[in-house]
Amino acid sequence: MAELKGWKDIPIGGLITEPGSSKKFNTGGWRVMRPIYDRSKCIDCMMCWIVCPDMAIIQEDGIMKAIDYDYCKGCGICASVCPKNAIEMKPETEFQE
Amino acid sequence: MIAEQKKLAITGAEAAAHAMRQINPDVVAAYPITPQTPIVEKFAQYVADGVVDTEMIPVESEHSAMSAIVGAAAAGARAMTATSANGLALMHEIVYIAASSRLPIVMPVVNRALSGPINIHCDHSDTMAERDSGWVQLFAENSQEVYDLIFIALKLAENENVRLPVMVNQDGFIISHGTEIVEILPDEEIKKFIGEQKMMYSLLDTKNPVTYGPLDLYDYYFEHKRQQVEAMDNVRKVFPEIAKEYEEISGRKYSFVESYKADDAEYVMVALGSTNGTIKYVVDKMRQEGKKVGLLKITMFRPFPKEEIQYYLNGKKGVVVLDRSMSFGAEAPLYAEIKSSLYEVAVRPQLGSYIYGLGGRDITPDMIRKAFDDAIEGNLVVDEQRYLGLRE
Ligand code: SF4
Ligand code: SF4
Repeated sequence: MAELKGWKDIPIGGLITEPGSSKKFNTGGWRVMRPIYDRSKCIDCMMCWIVCPDMAIIQEDGIMKAIDYDYCKGCGICASVCPKNAIEMKPETEFQE
Repeated sequence: MIAEQKKLAITGAEAAAHAMRQINPDVVAAYPITPQTPIVEKFAQYVADGVVDTEMIPVESEHSAMSAIVGAAAAGARAMTATSANGLALMHEIVYIAASSRLPIVMPVVNRALSGPINIHCDHSDTMAERDSGWVQLFAENSQEVYDLIFIALKLAENENVRLPVMVNQDGFIISHGTEIVEILPDEEIKKFIGEQKMMYSLLDTKNPVTYGPLDLYDYYFEHKRQQVEAMDNVRKVFPEIAKEYEEISGRKYSFVESYKADDAEYVMVALGSTNGTIKYVVDKMRQEGKKVGLLKITMFRPFPKEEIQYYLNGKKGVVVLDRSMSFGAEAPLYAEIKSSLYEVAVRPQLGSYIYGLGGRDITPDMIRKAFDDAIEGNLVVDEQRYLGLRE
């Protein structure tokens, strides 16, 4: 999460005056279930990339690379469309220290 | 320099329509409701006659009227509407959105009792239901004030340190349908006074793209509310400057409150709207009898002019507050504000709360005199709500 500003330092009326500012909003903080990606099962079909509502699937030239946990909100759509079960949803509590 | 003015015999509704004609708003969206109808009727005629350049949107409800105006104002247009009572209540949701989106909308409101039971006549229950919406609320005593306050409202709304919508209230039928002499400034003077609207956060400004109405959760909503408080505080600073500028062209003076023989009075009545005219008449009569009575007329209800109230009412023997609406189970709106303002003054007056005129019930000079007499006799009870003109 970007550092929060005080009331004197933000545009009035809840207006967003800067395009593309949603990038600053890390929706990853909402996640309850975390998608865990297994490269060994993946066939790079890119189904997960197409369906992810938060553009959190990182790919390079059609090769699935990783999941961007800053924005992945844990909806699990990628896991449910993956034809190879290469993505498994696990509770966030498992990753807490 | 005071401009030469044309005297017209018109109603308060026509005075509002004249002001709108001279503003020549880019967009007017409205839905007719008694007693606001003649404003829109008259303005629609101006549109049909090509007197104004306004795009008029005859919407299917007041909710849509305010929504269309919010959209137009966000695009950067000068946008206006007008309404009454249940129409205002139907707008309610968007009334808040207009204020919190900081849109400089000016809306004449013709005060009428809210249903139910259904009633078309004057009281202030409609506008009082919006007192916490974040709009500036001005109250006119007569048609001349309706006309004048609409221009002051526009300039106030568009001030960059304010950017808030403004309601200009006039009493239904009493002002809206009563014919009086109104002095009309030349079109050119008004054009100069209101000036061109300074574009701020226009949706049509593609070089500076802006998003209106995004989700605003626990991380920023609170800060945006604090900004609205600041804007209201700025109204207190800006309003006197705009009123002064208007006085220079019109010769008519406006301030948060008007003292009518209140300065040296021992007993002061406080009221909103057209009843102030009747109170002035009673004050004059009682002054002739040597009674030290006066009036403090409230022109601006939001933001509430607490300092002025304290200045005028500190040390008075008795203060009678007249309310044309109620807050069931609590003190009436104006009374609650006055009472709270007087908490800090050095010498607190005796206070009395009087409800009058609900649903258009007449208020007579005798009733006003009765309330003054209560004050003079030391018969005001701070926690007792009394009624003028109610049958037991
Ligand atoms: S869980 Fe949802 S948000 Fe996260 S990567 Fe999968 S599809 Fe995207
Ligand atoms: S949907 Fe499954 S197999 Fe296809 S790219 Fe994504 S992880 Fe790999």
